[in-house]
Amino acid sequence: MRPPTPTPGTQPWVPLEERPACYAPNPFIEVEQLSLHYGQKPAFHNVTLSINKGYITALVGPSGCGKTSFLTSLNRLTDIIPGCRVAGRIRLDGLDVLAPHTDVIRLRRRVGMIFQKPNPFPLSILKNLEFPLREHGLKDREQIAASIETVLHDVGLWDEVKDRLHSPALALSGGQQQRLCMARALVLSPEVLLMDEPCSALDPLSSGVVEDLIVGLRGRYTVLIVTHNLAQARRIADYAALFWVQNGAGQLIESGTAKQIFEEPRDPLTAAYVSGMRG
Amino acid sequence: MISSGSNTLSRWPTDRLLLWSLRGVATIAGAIVLLIVVFLVMEALPALRHVGVARFFTDPSWHPTEGFYNLTPMLWGTLFAMVGSVLIATPLGILSAVFCRYYAPPAVAQLYRKLIELLAGIPSVVYGFWGLVVLVPLIGAINPPGPSLLAGIIIVAIMILPTIALMADASLTNVPQQYMRGAAALGLSRWATIRGIVFPAAKSGLFTGVILETGRAIGETMAILMVCGNVVQTPHSLFDPIRTLTANIALEMAYALGDHRAALFVSGLVLMAMIASLVAAADWISRGRIYG
Amino acid sequence: MAKTLERTFDGRELFASTLVWSAAVLVTGTFCWLLGDILWHGLNQISWTFLTTPPRNAGREGGIGPIIVSTALILSVCLGVSLPIGVGTAVLLAEFTTDESLFGRLTRRSLDVLSGVPSIVFGLFGNAFFCKTLGLGFSILSGGLTLACMVLPILIRSTEEGFRSVPTGYRLSAAALGLSRTTTLVHLLLPAAVPGLLVGLVLGVGRAIAETAALIFTSGYVDRMPGSLLDSGRALSIHIFDLSMNVSGGDAHAYASALVLVVLLLAINGTASWLAEHWLHRRIVTV
Repeated sequence: MRPPTPTPGTQPWVPLEERPACYAPNPFIEVEQLSLHYGQKPAFHNVTLSINKGYITALVGPSGCGKTSFLTSLNRLTDIIPGCRVAGRIRLDGLDVLAPHTDVIRLRRRVGMIFQKPNPFPLSILKNLEFPLREHGLKDREQIAASIETVLHDVGLWDEVKDRLHSPALALSGGQQQRLCMARALVLSPEVLLMDEPCSALDPLSSGVVEDLIVGLRGRYTVLIVTHNLAQARRIADYAALFWVQNGAGQLIESGTAKQIFEEPRDPLTAAYVSGMRG
Repeated sequence: MISSGSNTLSRWPTDRLLLWSLRGVATIAGAIVLLIVVFLVMEALPALRHVGVARFFTDPSWHPTEGFYNLTPMLWGTLFAMVGSVLIATPLGILSAVFCRYYAPPAVAQLYRKLIELLAGIPSVVYGFWGLVVLVPLIGAINPPGPSLLAGIIIVAIMILPTIALMADASLTNVPQQYMRGAAALGLSRWATIRGIVFPAAKSGLFTGVILETGRAIGETMAILMVCGNVVQTPHSLFDPIRTLTANIALEMAYALGDHRAALFVSGLVLMAMIASLVAAADWISRGRIYG
Repeated sequence: MAKTLERTFDGRELFASTLVWSAAVLVTGTFCWLLGDILWHGLNQISWTFLTTPPRNAGREGGIGPIIVSTALILSVCLGVSLPIGVGTAVLLAEFTTDESLFGRLTRRSLDVLSGVPSIVFGLFGNAFFCKTLGLGFSILSGGLTLACMVLPILIRSTEEGFRSVPTGYRLSAAALGLSRTTTLVHLLLPAAVPGLLVGLVLGVGRAIAETAALIFTSGYVDRMPGSLLDSGRALSIHIFDLSMNVSGGDAHAYASALVLVVLLLAINGTASWLAEHWLHRRIVTV
């Protein structure tokens, strides 16, 4: 928690370097010493990372480094994976995510997730969006309709589906399905969006559309995106973090602003990866 | 499977011999159903000719000795028993499958599933026997006489429950994991996920299960025979004894002659017609349900 | 929307949980009652004597020796007839017909319909065809043949599955080596498809033993030791039926016979499940 800004004349004088920074971005998610095991196998070990609010943070690295596992631990989706153990601390807006008394349902309303393979429910397009809204307590029909229309506009699907809202969602193309999944995540007004390689299962055209969408989310949502595609990461990320397998488990090698990671990496491994010499 | 018409047959003579003997054998297998229908019709013809189709539904009662052949009371018996048992077994069976997959701890789920599989294998005569010695006296104590439509409904419900439970379990298992993960990521609670996503996803399997169990309920003979009392009457209350078409055949076949025997074959044809229309209705309903 | 993450109470979830658990408890309770009842009343009657001596006094005393023999004979006839026909048909459907061939589709359709026919109708058919038309009368042969018709769809379906699970690579390699289809079939495919066949066999046996309605008018009621396949013989399921419905005071032995039948069926279905899971690596639904 930030200390309150002192009003002039009422508080004792605080040295300049101790006053709260007014331009540096605020961490919204703070991860401390996070480790995850599937049974005996470690997925990643002792990851400490801060995710800043309102920006797009890319998690990069070759496959198998624990990036996806890291993502799923943030919204406690690891709870439904049998044999999965998470240790460490995750704070979301100051609140402890991993505490046993935390309501995961509330957590997952604030933290949305989009998967690699589009997974709309086997219901109509409308139902896909309406069902989560109703389940989270929204009853007013007009509000629901308004929310649905808004998110469909946001993801650019409105014109394509407005005449067939009752047709099955599974009849949409891959790119449309992924955008529908994004709309479904957005309709709950989350604060954080976790995206696990959202474009990798799509054709290049749809991939471009989805990528533009993600860029448009900057400033309104905190986005954490796992991607294999370095070029994509360069294009869209504000912050980046490199994962690599060392000592049998995924490790966080380096994190920082995108400019720093891609152009002035401190770690030689990072330098090798971003220049394409390794990975 | 490799497609192989006869033009891909090699020159080996044994292959040709093999193919033709296999074809012969398969023809026998395929012809059995036709044979059944043919023989049923052949044996039923005398009654259809002497008695005429209309009288099977309009005669005053079922009294073969006096020449009355009304099947309707027994049709009602069959229908009521079928509807009642399906209404009880379907929710219990589906909930059982939901229990196994989503609510029970893994060890309990294993045991429960084994229990249901065990029960799928118990023969109808054993169910009927238990119904006769345990259930019927119990019902008789509440509302005499014991043998009744209610006893039949309960016993048949117990018998067909494993059918729907196991089919439902198979369908629930086939629901793709990605739906469950998607639902979890949206913060949907367990029952909401099951109700709103799993059931629609498993729709066709559940539907097949209901059709299978209904077919089984229609065709059930021994257990119904043993607990229903076998009085030929249209039931007006759950506690009335009834006789179903199947039980009727089993009871009277032993001593039926001439037109009476032929009339029993007619009721056999009616049973076949009921099952055929059930399957046809199922086909027609499921045709419109590709995506849902 | 509250910015906290504290747990809240969801009434609907509680209701659903209660419903689901109640259903499970109800079902388990009913079945335990049923099985327990049979075990309780039947166990003390079972003995070696019971299993080998003939019934006396209409079955109230004595045992079920000849009945077990009759049951075994009916079963043998059933399997002896249905195995060759079933395996042959399965081979044809799996190996020699395409998905579009008319013959294949018709055969499959008719087998599907066959599997839905009620057992009493099989009884009628068996009586009309085997007993009357073929002149076999009430006999073990008639009963066995009727059961063979009932069991065929199950056997064929499972054997076909067994053949489909054999990797295509086998057939391609054999063809590349110039082997005849017959050789390929007998030496390569059949052995590999044996698990599916066994599962179908065991399932079929389970279905056959449990059958009553189809046997009443085909194999008859006689409870003496059968002398030949043309003699009438009483199957175990029919014995239970007779004792409970037609013989007053026959309940005790009916319980014992029911217990024997249930144990037999458990063993059979258990074997089928085990075979399927370990050899075929899939679960089967024994309905």
